[in-house]
Amino acid sequence: MQDTIVAISTSLGVGAISIIRVSGSESIDIVNKITKQDITKYKTHTIHHDYIIDKDKIIDEVLISIMIAPKTFTKEDIIEINTHGGIASTNKVLELLIENGCRLAEPGEFTKRAFLNGRIDLIEAEGVMDVINSKTDKALSLAMNELKGESSKLIKDLRQKIIKILANIEVNIDYPEYEDIKELTNKDILPSINEIECDIKNIINNSKDASIIKDGIKTVIIGKPNVGKSSLLNRLINEEKAIVTNIPGTTRDIVEGEVYIDGIKLNIIDTAGIRKTTDVIENIGVSKSLELIESAELIIFVLNNNELLTKEEQDLLERIKYKNYIIVINKTDLESNLHIKDQNIVRISALNNIGINNLKQKIKQLFNLEKFESKDITYISSSRSIGILKETLSLINDVRTAISNDMPIDMIEIDIKTIWNKLGEIIGETYQDELIDQLFSQFCLGK
Amino acid sequence: MKYEIIVVGGGHAGCEAALSTSRIGHKTLLITGNIKNIADMPCNPSIGGSAKGIVVREIDALGGEMGRNADKSLLQIKMLNSAKGPAVRSLRAQADKITYPKEMLKTLKNESNLTIKEGIVEDLIIENKTIKGIILDNKEKIYSDIVILTTGTYLKADILIGDTRRREGPHGEKPSNHLSDKLKENGFTIKRLKTGTPQRIDKNTIDFSQSSKETGDQKYLSFSFDNKYYYDIDKQVPCHLIYTTKETHQIIKENLNKSSMYGGLNDIKGVGPRYCPSIEDKIVRFSDKERHQLFLEPESIYYDDVYIQGFSTSMPPHIQDQMVHSLPGLENAKILKYGYAIEYDAIDSKQLNQSLETKIITNLFTAGQINGTSGYEEAAAQGLIAGINASLKLEKKEPLILKRSEAYIGVLIDDLVTKGVIDPYRLLTSRAEYRLLLRTDNADTRLTQYGYQVGLIKKERYNSFKNKLLSINNLKQELDNIKLTPSKETNNFLTKYNSTPLKDGITLSNLLKRPEIKIEYLKSYLNNNYTDEVLESVEISIKYDGYITKALKEANKMNNLDNKKIPNDINYDKIHNLASEAKQKLKEIKPTSIGQASRISGVNPVDISLIMVYIKKEYFNEQK
Repeated sequence: MQDTIVAISTSLGVGAISIIRVSGSESIDIVNKITKQDITKYKTHTIHHDYIIDKDKIIDEVLISIMIAPKTFTKEDIIEINTHGGIASTNKVLELLIENGCRLAEPGEFTKRAFLNGRIDLIEAEGVMDVINSKTDKALSLAMNELKGESSKLIKDLRQKIIKILANIEVNIDYPEYEDIKELTNKDILPSINEIECDIKNIINNSKDASIIKDGIKTVIIGKPNVGKSSLLNRLINEEKAIVTNIPGTTRDIVEGEVYIDGIKLNIIDTAGIRKTTDVIENIGVSKSLELIESAELIIFVLNNNELLTKEEQDLLERIKYKNYIIVINKTDLESNLHIKDQNIVRISALNNIGINNLKQKIKQLFNLEKFESKDITYISSSRSIGILKETLSLINDVRTAISNDMPIDMIEIDIKTIWNKLGEIIGETYQDELIDQLFSQFCLGK
Repeated sequence: MKYEIIVVGGGHAGCEAALSTSRIGHKTLLITGNIKNIADMPCNPSIGGSAKGIVVREIDALGGEMGRNADKSLLQIKMLNSAKGPAVRSLRAQADKITYPKEMLKTLKNESNLTIKEGIVEDLIIENKTIKGIILDNKEKIYSDIVILTTGTYLKADILIGDTRRREGPHGEKPSNHLSDKLKENGFTIKRLKTGTPQRIDKNTIDFSQSSKETGDQKYLSFSFDNKYYYDIDKQVPCHLIYTTKETHQIIKENLNKSSMYGGLNDIKGVGPRYCPSIEDKIVRFSDKERHQLFLEPESIYYDDVYIQGFSTSMPPHIQDQMVHSLPGLENAKILKYGYAIEYDAIDSKQLNQSLETKIITNLFTAGQINGTSGYEEAAAQGLIAGINASLKLEKKEPLILKRSEAYIGVLIDDLVTKGVIDPYRLLTSRAEYRLLLRTDNADTRLTQYGYQVGLIKKERYNSFKNKLLSINNLKQELDNIKLTPSKETNNFLTKYNSTPLKDGITLSNLLKRPEIKIEYLKSYLNNNYTDEVLESVEISIKYDGYITKALKEANKMNNLDNKKIPNDINYDKIHNLASEAKQKLKEIKPTSIGQASRISGVNPVDISLIMVYIKKEYFNEQK
């Protein structure tokens, strides 16, 4: 409860202003670490123009509202940051706050604090219970699903590496009389610390969710000539009135077009091919389309409602099954001759602008993007993980400084242990006695 | 005859319990199977060790006896981990097995409110779930308001050697055969635990030339904050280090099935301590290790027994002979006592409140091995807390519950009542999340106040403690106020200690933050004289300020949660959507605070949120 919490309290969307809300006793101190101006002297309930900075780099131009306890929603110090730069910079600000000591709010936590601090009444409190309840399952499954597969294994391996160091340090402390157990020194652990840092950086870079936020979803639109790829692209672009840039590249499949769906970026590969209505399947050849499919994170396969499925289309359908794909059946205004069953079908008429919203919904569903946009209780799992990972990176820096200052190893261990615990939070492993189990299974001790 | 408090058992828990209640002023009866065995040390002849040494300091700061008594019986003493950071330093001493009990008995006999009586307790007088007294094996009934059980390993104790099982406690003493059944009838869960002890060897038959000597520190040390020294630093008795041989391992492997624990007996139920495995366990579980370390520890200057630390076993005697004779320098050693394993009954510590009063029977307290712990220090700590809380209960006052960030004793008791134990519980520094706050040097500043409040710390000791605090503050102020200028003289001084010369002025405090600068170098710049204790304490608080601040911040978060109380009539069934595992554990453990609830495994943060909102809604509405 005494943590300072943070969340994005508006829906995420392009162009819209997002509000990041911070509540807790350290609100002002933490926000002050990332603002250009000194905000500690401001009067309560005032708004100020400022810049958010990461080291010396400006992240966003913002308005900062200061509300000092007790006359605030939670009866704690609250700061609201209005960001302007869209989802990427909003997330960056959120990450920065988490790195600097905020904790991402649980579902309904602002309201919960408001209630526990006596700010709102019972009827509203019932609402809080509902919020907490309804979000429980989702939050749990999110935590579990977050950093799927490989990343989760990477973190487990990493923790395994760390716990071995910890057990080794602990055993020297708890059983100092055991002369045949190697005494770890600062010098011994430095290479491991560097290795761990490297691993953490890799995890951050490889995190799929993270790349969705930062780099967008690599998307390819495929289909035979005249099936409507170009008009679909135009519809997506027109719908959002977003920017499409044409950056000349050296290869054909570099990112060429950006489309935003509720703030999430789609990078359309090979838009040039689509625009020239080049026949992807016939002209470039099946091997080229397979290459495109391979490199894409989302495949939009456009079929013609009016025609039968061709042999090539059937082959491609088989190929894309192992990827995130959506089958778009275009030209629904024409007679239906196409017979195909699949759970990822969206029917549209690009010509009449019908079904484009359904397609967008489908994309969001496929990438679990709903989680990026709930109000007040924003649960950006990847930002949370990345925030935690970055926090561990700054702890690793502390460890290195301490090593170079020749601090005793048991002091340094405090930070290493925190890193280990933080990593556990990401994958939901916080078993307290793990270390003690490790101690006794790794070393032979006792009277 | 009626007493206010009866303490059952005269081990380390019982002695502390009986001393604290009688010193606070309550008429107390201590019942023991044999007065000769009061404060006996049936296993290793040492007090303290990593974490445990800090517990002894804590006991002393609260007004307990173990520290003072250990100081009177030292054979040697050293500060463990002195080369490491201040958080993990801890005292360890060899204590004389004759002097320690003798001095303790003398102290007990000096207490005017305390009566000592021999007897075996076989039953309890319980009315309406409230304890009223005890019944001895000769049917004698003794009444009291409160009973503290500190029965150690004596509940249905079985001594195991090879394929034999004998119903007796250490030294062949008579165990209590029915008390644990009576506890079970009243609703306690009874567990079977196990521990073991190695052989004792005749000192005169050991060739010490093949071992390396382990001596005490060349600096006077004491557990107690009385800072009295009863030993001669140059006459400390050494220990000796040896290693097992290939032959030892061969003998054990070949005869493994003769050990009680490896097939010699097929009815073993007791769970042994992980941190204290038998030599059989070590050789089986760590088969690739070529040798294991053993310490030859003297038990007393009054007799010849030497204890082989690290060699505990339940092999039959003739195999033990071979094992011992395979050790370097012990080829002709005479075994005075064979090693053995011991099985005994204990209760489930989750059935205790944090005050160590049982949740099932009002005014019944338990402490020590009956609660599933192991170790003299762990036992004494619980005995002291049980004694203090029994007294507070008589006086209708709130119990003394130490926080995890306040004392290892707090960690110990919270672990016992919140997590429970599977194998006998030993304190380790790894169990304490705020160990930087729980140091050996600051045990007095953490706990003396409590000891004084309950009446165990006398005025004189309290005043000297207050003076120490004043002195600490003075020193801090001096260090903050005295500024060194970059004069030639100063820079010569710095160069001497390999420290960078000054360009600007610097306070002594900031200079002390440099890793290479020790407080003793700065003495000449100070206006007043300070004791080593005070210098050390201030040095730690300045040098490690960054880490200490971090730890304090974390501890504060936990303390705030610990201060949020859960009403004891809470009905968890009424809180919808609590996870079922959480619900079941909460009902079993009945945490008294949100903090405690959050430490129960299987209770996740969402459950905690639900409980907090529920409590606010149900209990505090009227107060608005």
